[in-house]
Amino acid sequence: MAGFFSFYSSSQPDGLEKATAEQGLDVTAIDSANADSALADYGVAGIENQRLSGFLGGAIGIAVVGIAGTGIYFWVRTPKSGDIK
Amino acid sequence: MHMPDGLINAPVSIGAAVIAAGAITVGLKKSKGTLDSQTAPLAGLVAVFIFAFQMMNFPVAAGTSGHLMGGALASILVGPYVAILVMTVVVSLQALVFADGGLSALGLNLLNMGIVSIVVSALLFAGLMKLLPKTRTSIIGVSATVAVISVLASAGAFVFEYSLGGNATYNIASVLISVMGVHVLIGIGEAIITGLTIGAILATRADLVYGARKFLPAHNLLIKESVVA
Repeated sequence: MAGFFSFYSSSQPDGLEKATAEQGLDVTAIDSANADSALADYGVAGIENQRLSGFLGGAIGIAVVGIAGTGIYFWVRTPKSGDIK
Repeated sequence: MHMPDGLINAPVSIGAAVIAAGAITVGLKKSKGTLDSQTAPLAGLVAVFIFAFQMMNFPVAAGTSGHLMGGALASILVGPYVAILVMTVVVSLQALVFADGGLSALGLNLLNMGIVSIVVSALLFAGLMKLLPKTRTSIIGVSATVAVISVLASAGAFVFEYSLGGNATYNIASVLISVMGVHVLIGIGEAIITGLTIGAILATRADLVYGARKFLPAHNLLIKESVVA
């Protein structure tokens, strides 16, 4: 789903980027140490097609967050009454 | 809203990381075992939902865009403590895996988009619901209102942090006006998405909404009792 919607995502700078650029604050900003990583900016390195790259990046993101989210699930759920704590 | 590295100096970044770590520890402690088997799956789903929506930038005004932050939504759907875990997962993975938001700015981003937004949302939601009739309409209206304020609070936190440790030459008054101005518009987007989402879940499974459970318990309890009987 996210991969699908990412086609329609605005590519304009976001509010904070825009405001910091307007105020000249972005001159000190530096790229993240992992800005060249395989999944930087929700794309997949090596895939030329922007849409496909964004789609796959989004899908991988959903999967990764889903796995981490499952961790939250096991943390916050009440143990069943029979469970040993 | 994701801050890159280098915008704010090291001492303020480290301070923010320490505060964020403290809040996450409190979130971990207070949320352990708090949701039952019906509501616990929602925690993971909310993380996925917010991550997906954060990737979708909606255009606001000329030449700029915004995206859902989700602190208000998470706080109302799963409660503030679980919401801290949800936002921590989302914002950390964005920085670590997708290079969205700087690594040294992670503490600042966790503080602004997660903790500040969640704390403001939870307090304001509880306060407004005390004053208003306990109906579905007020819950949706309050959720939307809380969403706008939560975005402004995150933006305000950024301006405050910048005033403490900004690396460039700046005029704090004009930074404030510029950052807050654009975030009023983004806040309206946040309010629409938050209000619609809370409204849709209230219409189908009101018992799943943490913020509503206290106020709309009647029919839910009835169903549970009849099932048990």
